[in-house]
Amino acid sequence: MVDTRPFLPVSSHAGSDPTGPSENRRKPMKLQLSIFFVLLTVGFFAALLTSNNGSDNGFVKENEHGSLASPSSEKQLRPVSRGPAVGVSEKSNRLFAKDNENQLAYPWNNSMLSWQRTAFHFQPEKNWMNDPNGPLFYKGWYHFFYQYNPHAAVWGDIVWGHAVSKDLIHWLHLPLAMVADQWYDKNGVWTGSATILPDGKVVMLYTGSTTENVQVQNLAYPADHSDPLLINWVKYSGNPVLVPPPGILDKDFRDPTTAWLTSEGKWRITIGSKINKTGIALVYDTKDFINYELLDGVLHAVPGTGMWECVDFFPVSKTEENGLDTSVNGPSVKHVVKASLDDDRHDYYSIGTYHEKNGTWIPDEPKIDVGIGLRYDYGIYYAAKTFYDQNKNRRVLWGWIGESDSEAADMQKGWASVQSIPRTILFDKKTGTHLLQWPVEEIESLRLKSYEFNQVKVQAGSVVPLDVGPATQLDIIAEFEIDKEALEKTTGSNVTFSCSSSGGTIERGALGPFGLLVLADDSLSEQTPVYFYIAKGSDGKLKTFFCNDQSRSSVASDVNKRIYGNLVPVLEGEKLSLRVLVDHSIVESFAQGGRTVITSRVYPTKAIYGAAKLFLFNNATEASVSASLRIWQMNSAFIRPYPNNKESQ
Amino acid sequence: MGNQNLIERTCKQTPFYDLCIWSLKSNPESRDASVKKLAQIMVDSLKTKATETLDLIDELLQDGLALDPEMQKALTSCAERYNVIIRGDVPEINEALKTGDYKFAAKGANDAAIEANSCEIEFSTKSPLTDMNKVVHDVSVVAASIVKIIQTKFSF
Repeated sequence: MVDTRPFLPVSSHAGSDPTGPSENRRKPMKLQLSIFFVLLTVGFFAALLTSNNGSDNGFVKENEHGSLASPSSEKQLRPVSRGPAVGVSEKSNRLFAKDNENQLAYPWNNSMLSWQRTAFHFQPEKNWMNDPNGPLFYKGWYHFFYQYNPHAAVWGDIVWGHAVSKDLIHWLHLPLAMVADQWYDKNGVWTGSATILPDGKVVMLYTGSTTENVQVQNLAYPADHSDPLLINWVKYSGNPVLVPPPGILDKDFRDPTTAWLTSEGKWRITIGSKINKTGIALVYDTKDFINYELLDGVLHAVPGTGMWECVDFFPVSKTEENGLDTSVNGPSVKHVVKASLDDDRHDYYSIGTYHEKNGTWIPDEPKIDVGIGLRYDYGIYYAAKTFYDQNKNRRVLWGWIGESDSEAADMQKGWASVQSIPRTILFDKKTGTHLLQWPVEEIESLRLKSYEFNQVKVQAGSVVPLDVGPATQLDIIAEFEIDKEALEKTTGSNVTFSCSSSGGTIERGALGPFGLLVLADDSLSEQTPVYFYIAKGSDGKLKTFFCNDQSRSSVASDVNKRIYGNLVPVLEGEKLSLRVLVDHSIVESFAQGGRTVITSRVYPTKAIYGAAKLFLFNNATEASVSASLRIWQMNSAFIRPYPNNKESQ
Repeated sequence: MGNQNLIERTCKQTPFYDLCIWSLKSNPESRDASVKKLAQIMVDSLKTKATETLDLIDELLQDGLALDPEMQKALTSCAERYNVIIRGDVPEINEALKTGDYKFAAKGANDAAIEANSCEIEFSTKSPLTDMNKVVHDVSVVAASIVKIIQTKFSF
């Protein structure tokens, strides 16, 4: 049954002025207006200096990850408040945010915190995790290693955790693979990658932080190649095999990639670094993984991008729907360079051409070069790494999903971070500029009961509940069609839109926002919209944005409330399509088959357990939409220690 | 003379210039310090201030019977938050500065500011910790700003 309640009775402008004119003013109009403009200017400067996104931390200026920026680096400024809508109080230059009726200072109880643990995303039993390391498929098992702190729920004392799975979904924890027991990794057993040799043997290259805090590269290999679980690892006695070359600083040299073969039969790797503010990828050739020659020049460099962490380099097929071994090259192949930018904690990729002879790579479109163009994911997603899965002939992507709550909550709940569901990566033939990411098909083995909704009409300004039973573990596939007449009739404008600087879903446009409300309670006091926003330019051209709005995801004040998202290319004839995985405190959303992806962490205080619900919503002013969905309840993956682990040392 | 300049240039890029100058100059180790060392000095200051605040919270809690339940609850939450700053954030920042994975220094510093803020908004009536929460918050912000300088400038 369609609920035609208006969504929220708010203004249709982004940012109503804080001192709106009132009929009761006695002062003459002119004086009133000039006072108003003075106040507005003062307010603008005050806002520049203090709050920026009207979030609860009034005096804390937050950038995208809830972290603080000095005024000079602040990118998104909101000179006018978003108006007194639900959950957004009037903040100007108050130093300490207080007493917003929708704020809870410290609501976290064990029930809320234990709900946050995911059911089918990889995470260790407790403590801190970050980068994925050395993923590979070996003797029937998928292996996953990861940066792990065995002592606390914050980063530190890093070693390599290890787990195995038959299907990338059901994981079994194994003992730590490598610990900080050598001078060359005493201060950190950091990120690395695996290479499978032609004879099937595995070598691992990883970064160690030495006793002198120098970043070096080390070689390790399985103690017993006949052990399919690869429990024990040996570090090469002659480590380190690489130290920072001349011109590269001790702390700018880390995260070696999987190696690929050159036409001369040598192995080639790349390692991210920087020179001044230019992010670079160094290239080394080796025959034995012990002795290396540094190539002149770099694989690629992009000025202004800063340190390149977790560089990844891999081929994609322009024509086939399968993955390619890292060594594959040829005319129907493009190469992707990816870097994690230390400066902004985002993962960027670019598609281009690899020139094997001199070990360089050129982007197809310099405007969307590495670090300045496309991101794997517009939410919380970092340190991603792919591997070639020779078992199923696909390239699989792992990504670290950190927390966006306070460390106090992390320490209380005893853990921090999860991994994304592994995703297949394919070249998007239709756009030619994007990669497509999609959760590995094995996740479908978790699907339980399904619900189908056909052509549900959602009028402008309304919310429709979707009755799917418990709504904290879901796989949602949806298609949206927007009223064609409204698309044509709407007048375009020059106003630019961006998810992160918009007012979220309370900012109504003619053709958006509309989509899903996940992890929402009945009264919608907490809600996480995942949605489309169509903007029409003055030239009549349509641009579609895909966003995830956390501003009302929780009434707690110490969680990230940002709005994530980006443009998503929608081609002629394509319906708007969406896939959402909801798994307690993580939401992974894929638009247009994975052309634009957003992962977010959500920490509701009320929309948890049985109180979490799912809704369709349409907060556009002029267009109705109709939605067709298939929604599955998802089982747990029962991630647990490997049974009868007699191998634990 | 040379390093006076560095301290001033550094503090100008933080939102709390005076606090930054005072915290750094009052520590003799700032005299010939690199920017990274200045960050470490700031973190020491953060630890000192957070510890002082926690001591004050413990003192107030010991008044026990004289406290109304709401005040008690808020102070207990604050103690928890300050424990996190001292035992979680500070070590995280220090290890990150030492090993050069600066984004985790930024994370710890930013979180310390959030914890101080969260403590302050615990109090529905007058907070007995406003001044100290503000200091801890501002010192954290300064530390985060200095980390940002290390990350985005060259050669350290």
